[in-house]
Amino acid sequence: MKKKIRVLVCKPGLDGHDRGAKVIAAALRDAGMEVVYTGLRQTPEMIARAAVQEDVDVIGLSIHSGAHMTLFPRVLDLLKQAGATQILLTGGGIIPEDDMAALRKIGVGELFGPGTPMDKIVEYIRAEVPKRRTVGA
Amino acid sequence: MTDSKRGDDAKQAWRRRYDTEVAKVERETGSGASEERQPLYDREDLVANSDEESDIGYPGEYPFTRGPYSSMYRGKLWTMRQFSGFGTAADTNKRYKFLLERGQTGLSVAFDLPTLMGYDSDDPLAEGEVGYCGVAISSLADMELLFDDIPLERVSTSMTINSPAAILLAFYLAVAEKQGVPMSKLRGTLQNDILKEYIAQKEYLFPPAPSMRLVVDTMSFCQKSVPKWHAVSISGYQIREKGSTAVQELAFTLADGFAYVEAAIHAGMKVDDFAPQLSFFFDAHNDFFEEIAKFRAARRIWARHMRERFGAKDPKSWLLRFHTQTAGVSLMAQQPENNIVRVAYQALAGVLGGTQSLHTNAMDETLALPTAKSAKIALRTQQILAYETGVAEVIDPLGGSYFVEAITKKMEDGAEAYFKKIDELGGVIPAIEKGFFQREIEKASYDFQREMDAKKRIIVGVNGFVEDKPEPIEILKIDESVEQEQRKRLRHLREHRDRAAVKRSLDAVRQAARDGSNVMPSLLDAARAYATLGEIVKVFKQEFGEYLEPATF
Repeated sequence: MKKKIRVLVCKPGLDGHDRGAKVIAAALRDAGMEVVYTGLRQTPEMIARAAVQEDVDVIGLSIHSGAHMTLFPRVLDLLKQAGATQILLTGGGIIPEDDMAALRKIGVGELFGPGTPMDKIVEYIRAEVPKRRTVGA
Repeated sequence: MTDSKRGDDAKQAWRRRYDTEVAKVERETGSGASEERQPLYDREDLVANSDEESDIGYPGEYPFTRGPYSSMYRGKLWTMRQFSGFGTAADTNKRYKFLLERGQTGLSVAFDLPTLMGYDSDDPLAEGEVGYCGVAISSLADMELLFDDIPLERVSTSMTINSPAAILLAFYLAVAEKQGVPMSKLRGTLQNDILKEYIAQKEYLFPPAPSMRLVVDTMSFCQKSVPKWHAVSISGYQIREKGSTAVQELAFTLADGFAYVEAAIHAGMKVDDFAPQLSFFFDAHNDFFEEIAKFRAARRIWARHMRERFGAKDPKSWLLRFHTQTAGVSLMAQQPENNIVRVAYQALAGVLGGTQSLHTNAMDETLALPTAKSAKIALRTQQILAYETGVAEVIDPLGGSYFVEAITKKMEDGAEAYFKKIDELGGVIPAIEKGFFQREIEKASYDFQREMDAKKRIIVGVNGFVEDKPEPIEILKIDESVEQEQRKRLRHLREHRDRAAVKRSLDAVRQAARDGSNVMPSLLDAARAYATLGEIVKVFKQEFGEYLEPATF
């Protein structure tokens, strides 16, 4: 039997607006994934460490503060350093299209803005994880 | 045949016609509210839900359902107060002058996240966040720049800040002192509502007890020294934005208000001495009539509780006056120009509900902070409402409406039921500690999302009337140099201030925190000595401890 998809949902930075993070955590759980929610105010170091320790397939960062251009690259770097590049780094929040494109270019996955249906995120993760599992294994 | 018999017959006849007609069509509904609404309201609903004299009454008269003032907008229009702040203090100062020159009537400061969380701009944890969500203010020096050339006796200023509110108030008072404006002339509002931070927005620093003490200290200081200042703005906005229903927003906000009243009374203040300085802040969301009913119910509930439960004698203590902001969370990234229309309807609900001041969101706030252009359109939206539509001419124009009075009553009953539940849990703080509010809101926000995904709620451009090709709009970019500039300024400040005076002032803050005396005088001294926000918060953290909530979903 296939292993369940494991997702780490995180709120990095100083922002406490966790509505999106909690809704997506609940939606992924209801879609049959195993979800770990970090809670508020996680540093990139804490996130990368938790991702490796929890052996997750996916990290989802929820950022509404404008700090996405600092936080996504930092987490990505730390994952590389830990040799955990098979982990899909995705997320969402208040992120302008240009920035989404720039982040995709450096290896961040799809990013989702306000109004995204939960199904779309679930489908994306389901499609993406198997590719990465084969690469990682 | 009697009148009422004739009325019954007419109603039954209508009902038959209605049932036949709706049976033929399957309508795609939008607002999600159809299940809890009757298709029609009539006199019967009015009589069942309101007593003309004791529930509706007249504006400026208990229980104030129709408005806190007798003349409402005929006497004075609402204050157009656009929440604004970004980049450095100098950048924001420029935007304030831009808005004031275009007819804005009050200022409202948005601080960046490091400031909201009590960190200086040069703190490692502030990296990447300086000047993004608002303006970076680390000391009196930044506050001086923020209000440079803006005479504080002539504007009213609202400051959206909570955990470190007392410190930012001290910075503001110190700027006024430098401008030669006496505290007694200052008008404005400090958000300073820590309870809704634990409930919704999560910008807390210290545990509830010392946090409440800081709130009471500012209330007591303002009552004596800054009499025209609203020391607390009890806020439902963030509760709603977090995903609550309208009834939850109403109930949780007023419950917080009662908790502040109780805390101040417990600290030895008399209710009529501080209650007139309390103000409120609500969200104006999409469900138009429900929002109007929420505002009307809020006034009535507050008046009743203040008079009957807390024994306030001064009619000013019974008044609930509020600021409204249109719902940020209702703005959509898809087809963002549509947001202008959403904002206009929400603003109209705020005005028909009798708001005292209003912020209209800019269309691009779902993507970034507003550009000068989108900020101007948002302000113009209010001006069109005030000067062109005629809605400001008649007080509470929906008063007596069968429908509006019925849902006003429904809102009130819903809130009272929540008050009972909160009491059973031991009050607001125990309910926070048990996660009650958080769970209620999380459930409501998840339900909302599921209704959207199932298309029980249609959001134009998102799950209905979708366009494949996005049409990008221009958005504001915050220059990365803001952070560098702030760091440079802080380094300069730390090198050039009187270090001994800073240390003395911080010791005095620590002493006040310890011995329970009012912290405001020592905070003012610390502001004058150019102690930084981060330095003062550090002292508080050492004395009060820090608050953490369990991570659940």
